[in-house]
Amino acid sequence: MNRENLINTILLLALATVPLWAMANDAPYTITLATKVAIFALAGVGLNIALGLGGLVSLGHAAFFGIGGYAMGILASHAQNFEPIMQWPLLIEGSKSMPVIWITGVIASGLAALIIGALSLRTSGVYFIMITLAFGQMLFFFAISWPAYGGEDGLSIYIRNGFPGLNTLLPIHFFGICYTLLALALLFSAKLAKSPFGLALNAARQTPARVEAVGLSPYRLRLTAFVISGMITGLAGALFADLNRFVSPSMFSWQTSGEIMVFLILGGVGRLYGPVAGAAAFIMLEHFLGGLSDYWHIYLGVLLLLVVLFARGGIIGFLAGRQVAHD
Amino acid sequence: MTEPVLSVHNISKTFGAVKACDDVSLDLRPGEIHAVIGPNGAGKSTLIKQICGGLKPDAGRVEFLGRDVTSLRTSARAQAGLARTFQVSELAMEDTVLQNVTLGALAAGGKGPGLFRAALKNTGLRDRAMSALMRVGLEDHAAIRASELSHGQRRLLEVAVALTLNPKAFVMDEPMAGMGAEGSKRMTGFLDQLRAQAPILLVEHDMDAVFALADRLSVLVYGRVIATGTVEDIRANEEVRTAYLGEGA
Ligand SMILES: Nc1ncnc2c1ncn2[C@@H]1O[C@H](COP(=O)(O)OP(=O)(O)OP(=O)(O)O)[C@@H](O)[C@H]1O
Ligand SMILES: [Mg+2]
Repeated sequence: MNRENLINTILLLALATVPLWAMANDAPYTITLATKVAIFALAGVGLNIALGLGGLVSLGHAAFFGIGGYAMGILASHAQNFEPIMQWPLLIEGSKSMPVIWITGVIASGLAALIIGALSLRTSGVYFIMITLAFGQMLFFFAISWPAYGGEDGLSIYIRNGFPGLNTLLPIHFFGICYTLLALALLFSAKLAKSPFGLALNAARQTPARVEAVGLSPYRLRLTAFVISGMITGLAGALFADLNRFVSPSMFSWQTSGEIMVFLILGGVGRLYGPVAGAAAFIMLEHFLGGLSDYWHIYLGVLLLLVVLFARGGIIGFLAGRQVAHD
Repeated sequence: MTEPVLSVHNISKTFGAVKACDDVSLDLRPGEIHAVIGPNGAGKSTLIKQICGGLKPDAGRVEFLGRDVTSLRTSARAQAGLARTFQVSELAMEDTVLQNVTLGALAAGGKGPGLFRAALKNTGLRDRAMSALMRVGLEDHAAIRASELSHGQRRLLEVAVALTLNPKAFVMDEPMAGMGAEGSKRMTGFLDQLRAQAPILLVEHDMDAVFALADRLSVLVYGRVIATGTVEDIRANEEVRTAYLGEGA
């Protein structure tokens, strides 16, 4: 096992151990923090496919996070009020089932990513950043001005949604769900990076002219990556809403996009476990520094600056060294 | 006479006040190396971009294997078998040598890049990629990053990627650029054999190589083809001597 794999394994084990320890010591808040790490990491795994593999600097991933969140909010609020979402031409009812909510959220954010990506990917560089930001803001303002689903105040869900065979009200069970989904996403993302698609996408980031010259379309590769990326971040959004039992337009805000990108950079862009390390560091900083000072973002900013200046591979790069070219 | 594999008909392209290509026509016949020479800024790379895609001519058309490809995308032309190498290497520098050639092989596999099976564990792809590396003599470097190759090795890797494509024609933009005498000689020997696989449209500054390899030559000056012919024809051509070879050829 090389050094990076070892560090990755330790990270994943640590993330599982902390909540188990917390359960034994009756510290439910720590379990919630660990759950938040798993969910943020999942969102980061999504962004990492677009940003790390594809080189697509999207400042609009809050759009997918928010769509996942609202998929949960809309389905669950209809279910708790016993109002069908739609009666004609066909009856669609709300749902309190996590799998139903996830599938809905993933499909909806995938479709949104298809549309946003199809338009944004015609541009590149700063224009791409700005246009993805603009799409995110569009959804933010749409959510604010949509009174049916709480407008500015958001939507509260009284009871966490269910998962067959588990008691999701128990923090450790809900953590288990989030952790499993994160592990699956990491597995998928590792396979993706080594697949022919990953190889081509990675090449399209470095040398698009070459990719075209061998008969592939960089645009299609990037669009596919953007959709996959959006779907994973959307799933994280649905889980985040379930964690809080609350969804509000702030999930769509540009700060959310920024936070996902910040902790991904902190953890290591393009490194498989970069999002896990980054999310863990981010939540811990928020927790400990946030307790010391309301201005903890300043310290985060300083840290980020150090990472960008001195540790280009983020935490993973710092611990594991340069990425091994895989064989 | 056999049908040309690739033909360019009356192509023109202007950038502002610069006529980069001015009514250029030429063709590439089976089994030949057709060299295009000309001073810096003559429009050679611009011509290649219009042949291979990426730059739309203002006028004129490009035919490949009897089909008008002028409005096809670069990727579609490549799929049809037009294999290009670049003047300045276009390689995935962070990737290994093997990954770079595998990129060509997977496109040539036809089905588009799959999502699941690991690219480098696919024996079909791997064999194809390795055999291309062996042909240019880079097989011992398969596992190192492209960025760690010497300049000359990168030029060879460029060619190896083109080899994976099932090419029906090669279009090469200065494959010997910056290679040094020894490297140029090796590349010359290699291209000499390569024409048996598919004809080569060869843009090159290295006159020794051009005179050794070319079946026919076209001379491009200020975007115009001022002469086309065999090496002897061109050597004897007064206009070419003054415009380009003047220095002492
Ligand atoms: N995209 C562009 N925009 C404006 N001018 C261009 C562009 N591409 C090329 N040119 C101009 O067109 C002319 C031909 O350039 P080109 O690169 O085709 O020359 P070349 O024959 O390949 O030269 P070299 O031997 O140096 O590679 C030059 O004057 C160049 O400045
Ligand atoms: Mg040139």
